[in-house]
Amino acid sequence: MLEFLDMGGYAFYVWTSYSFALILLGGVVLWSALQSRKVRVSTIRRAQQRKRKS
Amino acid sequence: MYRLAGRLAPWFGGLCLLSLAVGLYLGLVVAPADYEQGDSYRIIYIHVPAAWMSMFTYVVMATSSAIFLIWRLKIADVVAEASAPIGAAFTAVALLTGSFWGKPMWGTWWIWDARLTSELLLLFLYLGYMALRGALDTPQGSARAAAILAVVGVVNIPIIHFSVEWWNTLHQPATITKLGKPSMHISMLRPLLLMALAFQLLYFHNLMVRMRTLILSRESRASWVAELNVETGN
Repeated sequence: MLEFLDMGGYAFYVWTSYSFALILLGGVVLWSALQSRKVRVSTIRRAQQRKRKS
Repeated sequence: MYRLAGRLAPWFGGLCLLSLAVGLYLGLVVAPADYEQGDSYRIIYIHVPAAWMSMFTYVVMATSSAIFLIWRLKIADVVAEASAPIGAAFTAVALLTGSFWGKPMWGTWWIWDARLTSELLLLFLYLGYMALRGALDTPQGSARAAAILAVVGVVNIPIIHFSVEWWNTLHQPATITKLGKPSMHISMLRPLLLMALAFQLLYFHNLMVRMRTLILSRESRASWVAELNVETGN
């Protein structure tokens, strides 16, 4: 296990690269999902309120 | 389109996770170390798919922008706007992981050679596109200006792709070409292709989610929006 994590002495470079990828790509996915939920809830609620009033 | 995107997103997401899990296992555990680069070459499994996707996403963005400019198709503008942040993230990943691969192999974090500089320019094109979308007062004006930038910027894509052939560069030539035999052993190539598939599916999953958000906010006054379920959005 330690040998695997050491990546032949390149652990810093390999794992930092994978961490950046996880943070950036995971961040975009998470941001999109949160933004989607926020827009969905507010837009649909407003549309339903408008419909009830009319 | 809104409903179709909602149906497709979970499929793309699920398949992405599956190919990501298998690709990472094969790439980090099963594939042997490189005889020259040792284990540092394993950065390839995120660097190369991210670089491919940075160009693919831009081509999608530029094509849909051209369609929007010519035929005024609103959905094409939605595709372009939804693609930009994902493409920027892929480009940033390609640049950062390339830097972390370059340091142990070339002895430097960064060099102003053709491949790296044109990829950096691609990141600026994505950021410029996103900035333009919010810069003008009218949504139509900003959509048109951003679309023109996307179409003009597509000239950078062949420059990125052929830079390693046209100029002397530290960057290695293409590992996989359409006509030639890949320069990688199959045990190393298989995880690379799986990771490329995973990144492609990640793009489509994210595109579907972002397209739904944009369609909903643009069509907020349409009667069908009031019929949707707040929790599911369907």
